[in-house]
Amino acid sequence: MTEKFILKTTELQKSFSGIIAAEDINISVKEGEIIGIIGANGAGKTVFVNMITGYLKPSSGKIEFMGRDITGIKPREATHIGVCRSFQVSQVFMTMTVKENLMIAMSLAKKSGLELLLPLDDEKLSKECDKILDLYKIKNQSNLIVSTLSQGMRKLLDISMAVVGNPNVLLLDEPTSGVSVEEKFGIMDIVISALKKSGTTVLFVEHDMEIVERYVDRVIAFYQGQVICDAPPSKALKDKKVIKYVLGS
Amino acid sequence: MYYGFGAYAVAMCQKYFGMTDIFLRFFIAVAAAGLLGFALGFILRRYREIFFAMLSLAFSMVLYGLLAKAEFLGSTDGMSISPSTILGYELGRFGLLYFICFFVICAIVFAQAYLRSSLGHLTTAISDNEIRVEYLGYSVEKAIHIKYVISACLAGGAGGLMAASLGQVDPDSMVLWSVSGELVFVTIMSGLGNILAPFMGAVLFEFIRTYAFELAPQAWQMIIGGTLLAIIFFSPGGLWSFFQKLNFLRKKNND
Repeated sequence: MTEKFILKTTELQKSFSGIIAAEDINISVKEGEIIGIIGANGAGKTVFVNMITGYLKPSSGKIEFMGRDITGIKPREATHIGVCRSFQVSQVFMTMTVKENLMIAMSLAKKSGLELLLPLDDEKLSKECDKILDLYKIKNQSNLIVSTLSQGMRKLLDISMAVVGNPNVLLLDEPTSGVSVEEKFGIMDIVISALKKSGTTVLFVEHDMEIVERYVDRVIAFYQGQVICDAPPSKALKDKKVIKYVLGS
Repeated sequence: MYYGFGAYAVAMCQKYFGMTDIFLRFFIAVAAAGLLGFALGFILRRYREIFFAMLSLAFSMVLYGLLAKAEFLGSTDGMSISPSTILGYELGRFGLLYFICFFVICAIVFAQAYLRSSLGHLTTAISDNEIRVEYLGYSVEKAIHIKYVISACLAGGAGGLMAASLGQVDPDSMVLWSVSGELVFVTIMSGLGNILAPFMGAVLFEFIRTYAFELAPQAWQMIIGGTLLAIIFFSPGGLWSFFQKLNFLRKKNND
């Protein structure tokens, strides 16, 4: 019997003016899995995430989500079908408050058409928003302007904005980059426990092997645009190629 | 451009359909400008910043050229507009003023409601971060298009009311780039902090222009330009930012 995958890529390739950034990427992801994507800078990790979420169109190959071909989909279409993402550099609305950021995200996820002409600040949405702020431990900062927050707080806000639409698959691009050593485990504890509760499938790009070892079910290692290892962390982090090309020792 | 288009829509409806009712004039001006905004929005929504501004200016100059050449629209002399009516009765000077105030209040209420809505908040969101808006599942181009049409409707309505008030429309006073420049001047001077700011700015602009012209008929533009420079240097957020700063200081003192 063939296994059912929530996300599957077949011979995915991306090149920029003849330079290959990703090549022959064949990955299958099961529902509820938490996958760590590792690799040195320029290995093709972010290109892979960008192709899945529609930021980049693959040069060739196929991306399937729940059996549906989503190759070359637009970012907002990816969001609509349940493939959401956060970014390496937090993509939030810097001049607005934390709560306004999340309210906009929730409003766009839950309202459509003429409903969007209703006031943003409605009571029901506000209560739901408070719950998420609480879940991601940023409720105390809800009235602060985002530009005044630490990188860690911005990351939490960025991720919480990505999950308000209850995505099926969430891709996190370096969720702990730019975050202080003291903050990183706290942030990942909050994020992973929230996502496990909702059963979201997570793929996250990460350079920190402590994080990878602690939180993921499976590791996919990239080197020069290709997948060099796809195994559980206990195996992957001891793999010769991974040690040579990713860990560097 | 939409200001002038609304004004000319009022003039044409009077010329060809004898329409003088103030409500009809206002709604015709709004609808005509909205339709033009909807059509041009498909092109303009793809551009940002200086490209958006220059393309808008280019469309405006095309309209100016057409109006200046079209003899059936009065060419450079323009068209005269008869006094407005309501239910067949002619509105006097004050009657028209009351109606204009009514439409202005309606526009304020509508604009305020729009800015409070989810779609209205996208204005700031898009200016902060377009990528995030797309990844939240909403088309940035669509949001810009909607905003553009709303802006066109408001400008068209203003043009229609101005035409009814002046009793005359012509390309130089309605569509020329300097008319757009005046509106930009008002916006820079007043700032974007509050819906009432542009109204305050418009009154102040007329005040400065009138007195500048009276004091220095040969160099009144220099006074206007100097005022604009002073505002940009000393209060880049516009005059409304003074109120915001005062409010901030008052709150700080209270704390």
